Amino acid sequence: MAKGGGLVVLIVLAVLFPQVYSNPSVVNYGVFAMIFATAAVAWHVFSGNTGYISLGQAVFYGSGAYAMGIAARDWHIEGTAVFELLPLCAAVGAVIAVPFGLIALRVRRHTFIVITIAVFFIFQLMAFNFWFTGGSQGLDSPFLTWAPVPYYQNFYYIALACTAGAVIVAWLVGRSRFGLQLRAIRDDEDRARGLGVKAMRVKLSAFVMSGTITALIGGVWFYFIENVQPQTGFDPLFDLTLVLMVFLGGFGSISGAVLGALIIEPLSLWMNAQPAFTGSLSEVMLGAVFLLVVLFMPRGIVPTGGELITKLRTRGRPAVVPATTIGPLSASSGPSANSVSSGGAR
Amino acid sequence: MAREITQAIVNGILVGGVYALMAVGLTLIFGVLDIINIAQGVLVILGAYLSYSLFNKAGIDPFLGLLITIPAMFIVGVVIHWAFISRLRGGERTSMTLLVTYAVALIIEGILSRIYGADNVQISPRYVNSSVRILGFYVGWVYIWGFILAVALVAVIYALLYRTKFGRSVRAVMQDETAARLVGISVNRVAAFTFGIGVAATAAGGVVFGETNAFNANSGYDLISRLLSIVILGGMGSVGGALAASVFMLTAESLVTIWQPTWAVAVYYAALVIVLVYRPTGLFGRKAVRAQ
Repeated sequence: MAKGGGLVVLIVLAVLFPQVYSNPSVVNYGVFAMIFATAAVAWHVFSGNTGYISLGQAVFYGSGAYAMGIAARDWHIEGTAVFELLPLCAAVGAVIAVPFGLIALRVRRHTFIVITIAVFFIFQLMAFNFWFTGGSQGLDSPFLTWAPVPYYQNFYYIALACTAGAVIVAWLVGRSRFGLQLRAIRDDEDRARGLGVKAMRVKLSAFVMSGTITALIGGVWFYFIENVQPQTGFDPLFDLTLVLMVFLGGFGSISGAVLGALIIEPLSLWMNAQPAFTGSLSEVMLGAVFLLVVLFMPRGIVPTGGELITKLRTRGRPAVVPATTIGPLSASSGPSANSVSSGGAR
Repeated sequence: MAREITQAIVNGILVGGVYALMAVGLTLIFGVLDIINIAQGVLVILGAYLSYSLFNKAGIDPFLGLLITIPAMFIVGVVIHWAFISRLRGGERTSMTLLVTYAVALIIEGILSRIYGADNVQISPRYVNSSVRILGFYVGWVYIWGFILAVALVAVIYALLYRTKFGRSVRAVMQDETAARLVGISVNRVAAFTFGIGVAATAAGGVVFGETNAFNANSGYDLISRLLSIVILGGMGSVGGALAASVFMLTAESLVTIWQPTWAVAVYYAALVIVLVYRPTGLFGRKAVRAQ
C-alpha cells in the first residue's frame, strides 16, 4: 500500500503548505502553481488523451475570467458572493467549447493546432473590441475585503480544491471506457472509428470537459489577481506554458501534468521576481528549458523517472523486459503511468 | 466608393505579394519536413531588425542589404534545423517540432526585445513616404518595390523547385520521403536546405514588412497567425495555393478595412474557419491530412 500512502502524504503536504509557510509571497507561488496544475490537468483530459494538441486553451481561460468579471459588474455582485459565479464560468466554457470543437475537431494534426490558434486570436480580438469587455483596459474584479494572510490562504485552498477536482475527473476519465476510446483515437483514429468509436462525439465530450475546467479556473484566477486584460486573459504564452508543463512532467499522464505545473510555475514566478531575469529574459529561459527537455528527455520526468525506479528496484535480478506495453492495472505503476505506456509505445 | 474599393484591391494585391513571399517559405518547410515552423513570424521580425540595424548603423539601403541578410537568414535556418529539428525522431515528432519551433520563437523574441527594447520602430529610408500616381491612384513606392521583389523571389524559388536537380529532389521528398531515400536522395540535406531557403525568404519579407509597418519584437505573433491562416487556406505544402491565398486574404482584409477597421483582422480567421468547415484540406490542398 506504499502507493496509496504516498498519495496521502502528498495531500497532507498540499493542505499544510500554507499553514507552515504563511508568508503571502510564498503562498502566492502555491496559488499560481495550483491554478496552472488545474489548467494542465484540464489540457491533459483532452489533448493528453487524444493526442490532439490544443493551443487554444486560453480561449476558455480568458472567457471564464471575462464571464466572471462581466457578470459581477453588471449584476453588482460583491465580496464572497462572487464565488457563486464560478459555475457560470464553467458553463460559459462548456458553451464555447461546443461550436469551437465542432469546427476544430473536423481536422487533425497540424491543421487542428492552427485552428485552435486562430480561434484564440479571434477571442483576443473580441476582448479588445467588444463594447462590454472594457477594451484594452480590461476589467477589474469587485473588491474583496480579506486581510493578506487569509486572502492568499483562502485562494490557495480554492485553487487546491479545483486541482483535486480536476485530477479526480481526469482519473475517472482515464480509467473509464470513454478514456479508452480517447486513447484509441490517439493511437489510430481511423481504426478506432472502424472499431465503432463515435470519434466526433467522444472527442467533443473530452474537449468540452477540458474547456469547462479551464474556464472555471480562469474565473478563480481572475478573482485572485483582481484584473483581466485581453493580453493577460488571452495570452499566447499561457498555452505554451501548459504544453511545456505537460511535456516536462510526462505527456499522457495526470501526475506528469501536475508535476510539470508544480515545477514550472513557481520557477517562472521566481525568475520573474529576480532583477537579473527581468522581462524578456525569463521568456528566453522558458524557451531554453523547453528545448532542453524536448531534446534530452523527450518523454518527460514521470515516464523517465518511473523507468529509473524500476531499474533500481530490479537491480541484481535477471533481466526481464518490463511489461511496459499493454498490461492491466496490476503493473506496479497504477492508472496514470499505465496510460503513459500505452501512448509512449508507438 | 468604387474608387475606394479599387484602391483597396490594389493595396491588397501589392501587400499580398509580400505575404506570399513569407508564406511560400512556410509552406515549403511544411511540404518537405512535415512541420509547422511557428518561428517563421518572429524570423521575419528578426530579418526586419537586421535590415533596420544595417540601415541605421551602417547606412546600407534596406533593399541592398538583402545581399547580406538573405545569406545570414539562410544560415540561421540551417543552424536551427541542425540544432533542433533534425534531432527529433519518433511518433510524436510532428507535435514536438511544432513546440520546438515555438520555443525557438520565444527565445529569439526574448533576445530581440532585450536588444531593441519594446518600442515600435520602422525602417525608414527616404523613399518610404513617397508615392507615385498610377491611373489616378496613389501607390507607395515601397509597396511597388516590395511587390516586385516578392514576385522576383517567388519566381526564383519556383525555378529552383522546377528547373534544378535540387528542386527535383525537394519535390521527391515532398511526395514520398521513403521512396526518395531509396533512390539515393539525402533527405536530411534536402530538409536542411529547404529550411534554410524557407527562413531566408523571411529576410526579404522582413525588409518590406519593416518598411511598411511599425514593429517590435512582439509583432511576430500577429504575423505568424496570419501566415498560418494563409498557408492552411492555400492548402499546406502548395506553393501556388500560398500565393493565391495571400493575395485573396490581404485583399479581403483591405476591403473590410474600408467599413470596419477594427474587425478587419477577424476576416482572416473567419475566412479560415469557413473554408475549413467546407474543405478541410484548404483551397488547393492535396490530401494534406496524412495518416500518421
